[in-house]
Amino acid sequence: MSVMSGKDLPRDGEGLQGAALHGRLERTWGDAPGFWGWLTTTDHKKIGRRYMVTAFVFMALAGVLALAMRVQLSGPEKALMTPDRYNQLFTMHGTTMMFLFAVPVMEAMAIYLVPLMIGTRNISFPRLNAFSYWMYLAGGTLLWIAFLLNIGPDAGWFSYTPLSGPQFSPGKRVDIWAQMITFTEVAALAVAVEIVATILKQRAPGMTLSRMPLFVWTMLVVALMVIFSMPAVALCSGLLISDRLIGTHFYNAYEHGDPLLWQHLFWFFGHPEVYIIFLPGAGFVSHIVETFTRRPVFAYPAMVLSLVTVGLLAFGVWVHHMFATGLPRTGYAFYTAATMAVSIPAGIQIFCWIATIWDGRPRFKVPFLYVFAFIITFVIGGLSGVMQASVPIDLQVHDTYFIVAHFHYVLIGGAVFPLLGAITYWFPKVTGRMMDEGLGKVAFWMIFLGFQLAFFPMHFLGMWGMPRRVYTYPTGMGWDEMNMLASIGAFVVAAAFLLFIVNAANSARRGAVAGPNPWDAAGLEWSTSSPPPHYNFAHIPVVTSRTPLWDNRNHLPVMTGLRVDERELLLTSVMDAIPDVREPSALPTIWPLWAALSTTAMFISSIFTPWAVVIGTFPIAAALIAWFWPKTPPTPEPVVE
Amino acid sequence: MSALPPQFQGDLAHLPSHAFGHRSLTWWGVVAFFLIEGTAFALAIGAYFFLQGLEDSWPPQPYKPANLLAGTLFTITILLSEIPNTIVKRAAERRDLIAVRKWMLILLPILALLLVLRAFEFNSLNVHWYDNAYGSILWALLFLHLTHILTDIADTVVLTALIHTRHAAENRRIVDVAENAMYWRFVWLTWLPIYALIYWVPRWVS
Repeated sequence: MSVMSGKDLPRDGEGLQGAALHGRLERTWGDAPGFWGWLTTTDHKKIGRRYMVTAFVFMALAGVLALAMRVQLSGPEKALMTPDRYNQLFTMHGTTMMFLFAVPVMEAMAIYLVPLMIGTRNISFPRLNAFSYWMYLAGGTLLWIAFLLNIGPDAGWFSYTPLSGPQFSPGKRVDIWAQMITFTEVAALAVAVEIVATILKQRAPGMTLSRMPLFVWTMLVVALMVIFSMPAVALCSGLLISDRLIGTHFYNAYEHGDPLLWQHLFWFFGHPEVYIIFLPGAGFVSHIVETFTRRPVFAYPAMVLSLVTVGLLAFGVWVHHMFATGLPRTGYAFYTAATMAVSIPAGIQIFCWIATIWDGRPRFKVPFLYVFAFIITFVIGGLSGVMQASVPIDLQVHDTYFIVAHFHYVLIGGAVFPLLGAITYWFPKVTGRMMDEGLGKVAFWMIFLGFQLAFFPMHFLGMWGMPRRVYTYPTGMGWDEMNMLASIGAFVVAAAFLLFIVNAANSARRGAVAGPNPWDAAGLEWSTSSPPPHYNFAHIPVVTSRTPLWDNRNHLPVMTGLRVDERELLLTSVMDAIPDVREPSALPTIWPLWAALSTTAMFISSIFTPWAVVIGTFPIAAALIAWFWPKTPPTPEPVVE
Repeated sequence: MSALPPQFQGDLAHLPSHAFGHRSLTWWGVVAFFLIEGTAFALAIGAYFFLQGLEDSWPPQPYKPANLLAGTLFTITILLSEIPNTIVKRAAERRDLIAVRKWMLILLPILALLLVLRAFEFNSLNVHWYDNAYGSILWALLFLHLTHILTDIADTVVLTALIHTRHAAENRRIVDVAENAMYWRFVWLTWLPIYALIYWVPRWVS
């Protein structure tokens, strides 16, 4: 075997730059043409975009269900649907929004943005990334096909035992729900692993932890939260499936199991889940505020510490979802205190953003407007959350519309408003074109005001005693007007979303051409072209501050020497991002898709027979081995001496 | 193409193209999976104690604790397996391909023996998963750990085959061998508390 010396290998550098380098890198990092390339790609940008579009499709579907529920509840004693259908609707709405929209869309944003923000050419473990998307798609499709076949789950998005157990939920509806959980947890955990490894090892030289963009910090915290919380839901849904399929007794009180075990395991995941959804929103807000006030975010260390604190506290508050189950007094006191404590780091973040705006020179573009919607709505939702930390109030409003109001305020206010701002903000990076500002403003005001109209009245409904999850209510309760207002608000929000999507679709084709940095932002993702090439950066950027593009207005400091004939990444040290290793990045391959298909076959068959787990493992193992087995002849990887 | 003109500040060509331990990306991936699987084990152990707290005796009357023989032999064997495992890991780190090949072949029958012992373990629990919650959680812990044994056996078989092909020439493959040895440590370390919970805690608390 002839070994080339390291000097003979083509690398970027002063001798290879500009159009010649672009051609070489496109050949190395590009995908196969056509449908095959689409199926086999390992490009984080393509997979991130795919994830985002799929998540929005699921959101639209779940939104339609919400509209149907709002029509049913717009007046007393309506008979648009049966109670059984209504049970399926609210279960599907919650499940889809939480598992198929909120978490995946945030991970999608990270899959797309994190490698660009930290100056690397691809995400770590790109094949796992592809696998993760296919698993997510399969899990979501399973749920929705089941729903169309009238076997949609109907036990609520948290599927409490014993209602969801074999005795009270015969049939396969709950199994579909539980197995959908398995799909989405596999997908979410895979992405979390990639994000942690990417952030810790692939940052551009000089991007120390203290210079990391705030969205990257939030995603590091979020990915770690996913890693520590999602095993809980995978475990509890696995135990539920086994109670239902092979007759174990984890949740069966008659054989000394306990339905409350479900609540503990579920909420050990479920509460961190809320912050997993909200924290990326905080990351978006930090970037938008920085760019549109033209100054770095105020008190960066306080922001980072607040993020980490929220992440830690998230694991100490799950029992506040269980106040109504009866607890020892110390338990009440501890979880009340822990829950109230969350408002401290959350408050610090809010004040840091306000201080940034105060001291900056604001430009009131659409993304920035969403920041205001976020602050107002999230603070209202946060305050009603602090109210419920108090046990007497919690017991009073438990399972009422007050809770529905509260969590829509924190989730839509805390996550969806920042997300819409973020999409408007990064849209030019992804598509190369600007979203229309006028339509964007109309959609913004409709969403913001429509949301308040839809959800603020629910606070009153809850305090007046209207329980959640009822398919109708009698006349004479005094709930009619508020319900009608909420239903009107829901349709305003839906119309606004439609407008947002029409605007995005139109702008993607006909919007004004953006250029690399249309907002004059400071982060590395704006240093490359819009949309970025397959290889992201022609040379690996070097970072010397938290706002690299504001501090280097005329040129971008870079390092050279990665091979251009192979997919190569730069690994740097964890704390200080000192260049350490050149490591290959995986080529496109069909095997992640096969692995996902065989896993799908196993998961779905295991709803019907436990033997599927035994037999189904073999095709999965075969696909994983084919995925792992090197396909190209071994290449020497010489080092320049 | 980059929007801003580049200003060249250094060259990376001299960097190595593979590294062991925390310098490699694979290591971080494996560690992240430890955290995921370790959390799942920790929560399953939490569920064990939660269910135990509901019982007057553990195991509940009239069940007997699990027989010790198979589980104890399994524990001794898996602890001893760390010797060849360490030899493989060290050989990999000094890129001694011949030693890696030899000791991975020695490791494989030990893993197979563990699988046989595990089968006997299921048979010595003195309770079925469908009898009561105690039986359910014992079977769950043992099954959860079994999936890790199977995963590692599959990994080891594939890697053993791989390093007997021309692909062994690539240094990254030997990094994979070292990370696989690290994974095995996780598998036997997590076994120790589970061994205590299945076989000894019912004897200590009943």
